[in-house]
Amino acid sequence: MNLRAQATAFWRKAVQTARLAIGVPDYDRYVAHMRMHHPDRPVMTYPEFFDERQQKRYGTGRTGCC
Amino acid sequence: MNAMAGKLGWAAIAIVGAVCLGMVALERGESINAIWLVAAALATFVIAYRFYSRYIAVNALGLDATRATPAQRRNDGLDYVPTDKWVLFGHHFAAIAGAGPLVGPVLAAQMGYLPGTLWILAGVVFAGAVQDFVILFLSSRRDGRSLGEMIRTEMGGAAGTIAMIGILMIMIILLAVLALVVVKALAQSPWGTFTVAMTIPIALLMGVYLRFLRPGRILEMSIIGFIGLLVSVWLGGVVAADPTWGPMFTLKGTTLAWLLIGYGFIASVLPVWLLLAPRDYLSTFLKIGTILLLALAIFLVHPDLSMPAVTKYIDGTGPVFTGNLFPFLFITIACGAVSGFHALISSGTTPKMLANESQARLIGYGGMLMEAFVAIMALVAASVLHPGVYFAMNSAAGVIGTTAEQAAQTISQWGFVVTPDQLTQTAKDIGEATVLSRAGGAPTLAVGMAQILHGLMPNGMAFWYHYAILFEALFILTTVDAGTRVGRFMIQELLGTMAPALKATESWAANLVATALCVAGWGYFLYQGVIDPLGGINTLWPLFGIANQMLAAIALTFATVTLMKMKRERYIWVTLVPTAWLVICTVTAGFEKLFHEKPGIGFLAHANKFAADLAAGKVTAPAKTLEDMQRVIFNDYVDATLAALFTLVVIAMVVFGLIAAMKARKAAQATAAETPYVALAAGTAQP
Repeated sequence: MNLRAQATAFWRKAVQTARLAIGVPDYDRYVAHMRMHHPDRPVMTYPEFFDERQQKRYGTGRTGCC
Repeated sequence: MNAMAGKLGWAAIAIVGAVCLGMVALERGESINAIWLVAAALATFVIAYRFYSRYIAVNALGLDATRATPAQRRNDGLDYVPTDKWVLFGHHFAAIAGAGPLVGPVLAAQMGYLPGTLWILAGVVFAGAVQDFVILFLSSRRDGRSLGEMIRTEMGGAAGTIAMIGILMIMIILLAVLALVVVKALAQSPWGTFTVAMTIPIALLMGVYLRFLRPGRILEMSIIGFIGLLVSVWLGGVVAADPTWGPMFTLKGTTLAWLLIGYGFIASVLPVWLLLAPRDYLSTFLKIGTILLLALAIFLVHPDLSMPAVTKYIDGTGPVFTGNLFPFLFITIACGAVSGFHALISSGTTPKMLANESQARLIGYGGMLMEAFVAIMALVAASVLHPGVYFAMNSAAGVIGTTAEQAAQTISQWGFVVTPDQLTQTAKDIGEATVLSRAGGAPTLAVGMAQILHGLMPNGMAFWYHYAILFEALFILTTVDAGTRVGRFMIQELLGTMAPALKATESWAANLVATALCVAGWGYFLYQGVIDPLGGINTLWPLFGIANQMLAAIALTFATVTLMKMKRERYIWVTLVPTAWLVICTVTAGFEKLFHEKPGIGFLAHANKFAADLAAGKVTAPAKTLEDMQRVIFNDYVDATLAALFTLVVIAMVVFGLIAAMKARKAAQATAAETPYVALAAGTAQP
């Protein structure tokens, strides 16, 4: 792997980590999962997906930490 | 050859660690460099991770890399997602790290840096990291169930309900004590108050941006928010210096307490996307960034520690908190060494995203080691300060007086020689009117951090100080509204068993009633803490520490029982030893808080002293009127009741644990309620 590809891969992981840290998993993988396993069900758009995750994380009250 | 080199490498790390620890422990007289402490901690963590966590993984728990995790079996792309182990590590660390590991070590620094360091290192290796790791493992074997649910299935319904009441109580005390930290940091500080107040409009703007203008664009929003924060830190200095605006933001502690109570109520009933979520995003990123910045600064600046290794206050007479080293050091530093709260996170979202069971070791054990490192850095930041300044900041006005001259004189008499000039100069450096009696950890940490960052980037001590205050206040406020929400749902669930109408989480009336109850709960303790002339932190932090360690004791008791039920009793010492230690600490501390004859420690002794004075018609400081006297006595009884409840919860859980363990011992085979084994499909070991 050349340096550029490594940097891209690193950035992608950093973005994934940052998003997951606030409760938003990888959208592309969600879409891939839906296509593969539930082709009959509708797939949420990114804003819908984001909203759903936000509601899920905070809706019932998130246990923060000390 | 390679194996040989490996062994030599580990031996070298062990020797380096031992030498550093020896330097830290034995150095007397001369001040020592922070690098020794940091290196000793790092070597300890590396060795513990490599050997002890491996022992737990392979022998005690028997992690099975061929077993499908909940994420593999129930993958839905949303909650259950097999996730890269480093990405999940980041997620888990962001969830467990908060204000706790920053405040506890700062308070404990009154005994010197050595007792705190040793407890953090031993505590994390043998208790904290073990708890997080084992609970994560157990939850991942139970479809990612929560701690409460797992206790109910493994130990019975009664134990489950007691654990739930315990969790609600710790929530209330946590919110009160964290809100008190904010009040202590912002009282009489127009710069800090303005800066923190600005986070509300900034968060609202970000919320609208993220929902309507550019849906889901987190990076853009975070950059805008971050710039907004930096501008408000700078603008705060201008506002504070302004003759008309400055006084408007100079607020008394009681005013701030009422504002916070009102804020907590409103923020927790607003839609989450408007205020809570965007501010949580900002505080999460700011937290990680600031921790990295602080680590970098400590390495580059490598400051000397000014605090002695051990001070005379190990005898229990310290001004920051009263009580002997045992048990109160182990109560004061909870997060960073062992924190029951983490058991909730380890049985929350993390187990649902493990790609492979074997990764529980890195994420559970390794994640907690990171948190302990944050605690060590907080200890370094507090110990970098001149001890005289440290004690001036952390002692109550009732003890050191309200002027720099009085404070310098009192503290110098304690043996920490300091001049009034040093105290006023520190205040001037950080752009505040005074540094006296700013208990609660946050301001002390902020001065320490400002001093370290100042070494990295000269000029702007005042900027760094207020940046650090903002950084702490931001995630404390996030915890306040998120926590109020959690408390509200718990209250609805508990009350719902009696009055089903209250259970409807969609109902506005039920919602408002439960929120009001939750806010009233923590608001009561907050207000009581603010008007307490002994500083409030003095009373509330030990209660919080006891509650947090109580939760850890509950989680570890559950872990021990489950190991018994798995027929792994050969290894139960791994969880039994920390369980026993935590039970001893919490029960002793609970008893001392109740029955100690010194009014500074025992709530009942304090109440009796005031009752005796009241009967004699005397008004004793802090009280100014006879009504005040009655209120002090009433508060003492409330605090005593809480300490008694915490102690009883621990004892009850131990009894339930013993019963369940005896039963498991008699059973012929394993009785743990794991989800059945499913083999991992080939080629899915890594996502």
